[in-house]
Amino acid sequence: MSSPPLRFFTFAAPSRFYSLSGRLLPWLWGAAALVAAIGLYLGFFVAPTDAQQGESYRIIFIHVPAAWMSMVVYLAMAAWAAIGWIFNARMASMLARALAPSGLVFTLIALATGSFWGKPAWGTWWVWDARLTSELILLFLYLGYIALVEAIDDVRRADHAGALLAIVGAVNVPVIYFSVRWWNTLHQGATITMSAAPKMQSTMLVAMLLLTFAFWAYAFAVVFVRTRAIVLEREHDAQWVRGLALSARGPS
Amino acid sequence: MLSAPSSFHLGEPHLAARGLACRRGARLLFEKVDLALRPAELVWLRGRNGRGKTSLLRLLAGIATPEAGQVLLDGTPIAANGLRSQRVVYLGHQHALKDDLTSAEALEFLLRIHGRRSDRASVDAALSHWGLLALRGTLIRRLSQGQRRRVALARLVGEEDAALWLLDEPFDALDGDGIERLNALLLQHLQRGGAVLLTSHQATLAPALRARELDLDDCAAG
Amino acid sequence: MSPPASPSLLAALFVRDLRLALRRRTEALLPIGFFVVAVALFPLGVGPEPQTLRQIAPGVIWVCALLAAMLSVSQLYASDFADGTLEQLLLTGRSTTLMAAARAAAHWTLTGLPLVIAAPLFGLLFDLSSAALRILALSLLLGTPVLSLLGSLGAALTLGLRSAGVLLILIVLPLAIPALIFGTGAVAAVDAGQPAGAHLSLLGALLIVTALGVPPATAAALRISLD
Repeated sequence: MSSPPLRFFTFAAPSRFYSLSGRLLPWLWGAAALVAAIGLYLGFFVAPTDAQQGESYRIIFIHVPAAWMSMVVYLAMAAWAAIGWIFNARMASMLARALAPSGLVFTLIALATGSFWGKPAWGTWWVWDARLTSELILLFLYLGYIALVEAIDDVRRADHAGALLAIVGAVNVPVIYFSVRWWNTLHQGATITMSAAPKMQSTMLVAMLLLTFAFWAYAFAVVFVRTRAIVLEREHDAQWVRGLALSARGPS
Repeated sequence: MLSAPSSFHLGEPHLAARGLACRRGARLLFEKVDLALRPAELVWLRGRNGRGKTSLLRLLAGIATPEAGQVLLDGTPIAANGLRSQRVVYLGHQHALKDDLTSAEALEFLLRIHGRRSDRASVDAALSHWGLLALRGTLIRRLSQGQRRRVALARLVGEEDAALWLLDEPFDALDGDGIERLNALLLQHLQRGGAVLLTSHQATLAPALRARELDLDDCAAG
Repeated sequence: MSPPASPSLLAALFVRDLRLALRRRTEALLPIGFFVVAVALFPLGVGPEPQTLRQIAPGVIWVCALLAAMLSVSQLYASDFADGTLEQLLLTGRSTTLMAAARAAAHWTLTGLPLVIAAPLFGLLFDLSSAALRILALSLLLGTPVLSLLGSLGAALTLGLRSAGVLLILIVLPLAIPALIFGTGAVAAVDAGQPAGAHLSLLGALLIVTALGVPPATAAALRISLD
């Protein structure tokens, strides 16, 4: 049973993405590892001890970049999914799907590190601080998106439904954040906030920026790997994929 | 590729489809389907189960978007055609009759949302055409499959325009009498210049209808 | 652009929904039944201490109302989807946005409105003051339409899926959190002797924005699900 020759433009984008991402991957992994090493060294060994929080504050070097990434990845996911929906661009939809698990992981890291940060200061493993609570709700948004796209069998419907949900979520994020801030300030008792980040000395700032960059590179690398897998899965009928499979098998 | 127009048809096609492709899941069901439905023409869509007959019908009705190709109603892309509701009557395989409504209520609802005459007289006329007037107050839940099919088909009775009828398995569950009535309705419709595209597993079409057959087995992808 | 939905079509839809609910009265009352049982569970779980109950009352009642609304909303489109009515509605060429709004309104009439009426009665079980009960009713009056609208979006997205009910709750609850916060905040404020105006205004603003923004999204979701 031969596969029908699909029109060239429908998979030119995926095949081009596949080869381009393949070439970029080693550089991305390398950059991520190198910059992370430098950033972590700076953050954990070079940056000075904080007067109030001692050594425990150092977790913010991971917490803050992770939290930023969790937000950025959600927006990127919503944007790519929207492009895939509006322009019926399959490659964009595949990218969106690949972004979701990474965003979820960043959110979990942000929550866990936030928890570690709060423990020495508050004595509890969780604090209903406005930012942490918003991060928790972001976790739910990711879970909702992933649950929805996994539940729908038809690929196109899953992509488009996910896009709509992601857009609605993205639009809601400011509203949710505002309402959580509101909620946090109006309840009786002291305003609960996370220990404020210590005043940034230059080494601290540099370390944080380096780790942010490292997370970016890591995110690109991981998302590319995942997208490549999705591309192979979805385009398995295409000539170029079969060519790859045959050449991978090697000369018999 | 099937698009050879029959010799005895004149005039612009009501409905034209070019290069239609339909995807289900990861597979293409069919592709490069061309179709033209002209006035006073009846097309009988055939094909084995799972070939995509219902999918094609939904594409032609404009409910679903094709993977490739386009559907034109009176020359305009169907999604943008404001007259679609007037020009097309689509009866799906499911009847769109709610179990907890009476047959009169269900029929009235369907007629009303499509902008057809839905007053009591019209509804009763439609039901009595199918011999169901006595059941006008019976809940759909209590009707047999054949009777439900008749209620669903009652929508066609009041149609007076030379519209386009897209019917999915209309002969399903009908007895001999029902088959005759439907054939009569179809013939009447063709005679006033309307067009019909229907799917059916059974060879119950009256010869007078001069159905043109379109077999999806020949368009299957892969 | 498709012609707007005529009042007659929206009215037909609304009347049909009410008629169907009346014919299945028990099913229509199930969400309220759930609400009653769920609310009653809390004192049993938390203990009968009046002070505690008064404090948790707004939150408990709101959360139970939220869950009750979500449980019934997945049915909103499910039966129309299953029997082909939804296809016919989409084929009418009329504004799907207005139809989505009409369905959400019908859902609210059948589920939200009874909750607005029942909730203050349950507030009594928690020894809320009469001022708090008034504000509770008002907050639910403003908030339950938001829940119906968000729920209808979730229902449209999860149309025909196996675990649609639970999936819908997972999807919609994060989006409903602002309404929850403003609604319970209003009652808590009154309980503490402060004015609830700010909370209610925010809730009202949320309602307006949701009423304008969600029906088009629901319409898009319906088209996606039927494609």
